[in-house]
Amino acid sequence: MNNNTSKYSATQGIQHEEALLFEHAHEAPESIHLPGVEGAVPEALQAFMRQQPANIPGLSEPEAVRHFVRLSQWNHGIETGFYPLGSCTMKYNPRVNEQVARLPGLAHIHPDQPEDTVQGALELLYEVQQWLGEISGLPYVTLQPAAGAHGELAGLMMIRACLDARGDTKRRTVLVPDSAHGTNPASAALCGMHTVELKSGADGRIDLAELKAHLNNETAALMMTNPNTAGAFESDIKEICQLVHDAGGLVYGDGANLNALVGVARPGDMGLDCLHINVHKTFATPHGGGGPGAGPVAVNDTLKPYLPVPRIVKDGENYYLESTSDTSIGSILSTLGQSGVYVRANAYISAYGRQSLYKIAEDAVLNANYVLHRLKDVYHVPFEGVCKHECLLTDELQNKHGIKTLDIAKRLIDLGFHPMTVYFPLIVHGAMLIEPTETESRETLDSFCDAMLEIAAQCEAGETDLLHDAPLSPIRRRLDETQAARKPVLVWPQ
Amino acid sequence: MTIPANLKYTKDHEWVRIDGDIATFGISDHAQEALGDIVFVELPDIGRELDAGEAYAVVESVKAVSDVYTPVAGEVVEVNDGLEAEPEHVNTDAYGAGWIAKVKISADTASVELMTDDEYTTFLEE
Repeated sequence: MNNNTSKYSATQGIQHEEALLFEHAHEAPESIHLPGVEGAVPEALQAFMRQQPANIPGLSEPEAVRHFVRLSQWNHGIETGFYPLGSCTMKYNPRVNEQVARLPGLAHIHPDQPEDTVQGALELLYEVQQWLGEISGLPYVTLQPAAGAHGELAGLMMIRACLDARGDTKRRTVLVPDSAHGTNPASAALCGMHTVELKSGADGRIDLAELKAHLNNETAALMMTNPNTAGAFESDIKEICQLVHDAGGLVYGDGANLNALVGVARPGDMGLDCLHINVHKTFATPHGGGGPGAGPVAVNDTLKPYLPVPRIVKDGENYYLESTSDTSIGSILSTLGQSGVYVRANAYISAYGRQSLYKIAEDAVLNANYVLHRLKDVYHVPFEGVCKHECLLTDELQNKHGIKTLDIAKRLIDLGFHPMTVYFPLIVHGAMLIEPTETESRETLDSFCDAMLEIAAQCEAGETDLLHDAPLSPIRRRLDETQAARKPVLVWPQ
Repeated sequence: MTIPANLKYTKDHEWVRIDGDIATFGISDHAQEALGDIVFVELPDIGRELDAGEAYAVVESVKAVSDVYTPVAGEVVEVNDGLEAEPEHVNTDAYGAGWIAKVKISADTASVELMTDDEYTTFLEE
């Protein structure tokens, strides 16, 4: 490992082996004092009386705290090191956003409070709603969807409602490029439609002839991502949208890759009708791990009548909720949306401001192309040309030494980096999709590229055992993913 | 990688063995190698009528979930139940214990474009 790599490496510190909580347990819990039941247990609840004591592990508070802190040290997060997971936009979440979200006036309010007591919170949400409309070029926004896939469903429900209102009840086919994110066909199926796959052209983009061949009077929508999952901009986007519209369908955009466009180009201007936005990607709210998500959906005039209700509306200086609509698809969340997430997104967008938002996309695209440029001579590049916010490589040149994408990814763990997205998109064999985001400095990018070059050199030098055995340094070595999928152990004790 | 001479192959890397009016389907050695370790195979229902080119099964590997397409139209008469417990047969014996379904070939003998072993070898090299 060279010095530059180890400088940014993140997996060399002390790591304690850690037993399960139940294996730690020594006696009756010391730190838990339950008040017991006051009075007689109501007759109706007798049937639910516990027959045996609850199996609460006996641990002191410091033991429990150490357990979870130690486990957390097994993690690799954006706070630990570089995390170039393609199509996931693992950008740094600025701490100031957390401070804002924890302000008591925002953190301690209740979704059911009267509107006139939460005007400030409604204003913050309304601002995000308007800004996302401006950024996407699709002016009308619902903040309700609780995740990207939920946004996809909401968008498709609106498209279906729109087609039904037109009497187009035979339109149930959703065209999905074979490079699409896996949630796309699932969302379409959940909405009572069926998907037809479009084969990508030789350049990884949508093939216009293939698109034309599949457009007909059953086409409900095209569901696409721009830039696509090969990191390439769909340069025929205007013609693509025109073709779909001429055929009587609508165009749904998966906003997962919005980081490449934000502040520079607007999906609405390209001709899309609908776009969901992954706030946790583009707007730096906490990512994954089961935290609350948000997948707001922006639409144009065509779909506006079908937006979920209630929506926040501004009247003079006051904000209120508009809950009635004859055409709306209804409510898709019991609240207005994940307000804590949107407060963070508001802080993030505010920090950049309208004039500087484009720097996000500019730096994200620059960083991806920098990585592509440094690696393109030793890793196979399936699609030539500049990329957008992520670059796609494959393991083709390493295959002749018996080294595959998985080996390269595992070796990166040894060198202190989270692996890139592997084996996705499916349109190339042995895909490695690298998305550095705008977060990273040139020094960090160089250390990652040095690590990738070192792996390629080890491969060429025939040090393939090292690569097959990787990772060597973390507390867990290469996991048996096959057995984990075939025979998962989901409960303790066995 | 093996490509037995007694089978026919499709561009989507399925193989088919035709024996009278019964056709047996599976995925090629190349396909299983590209997919990696198979962890689940979703089998079609017996009695289902399959059109040529229609997706009839799903194979899930640690890398990806992929549809498997019908080489020759027909009615499903038997499926390889053993794959439910041991999907790894698709990896270890793609042309034998890894077979997926058998169909009674339809009267119109509709099929997708089928290749001989030599043609499939050339196809893979391109």
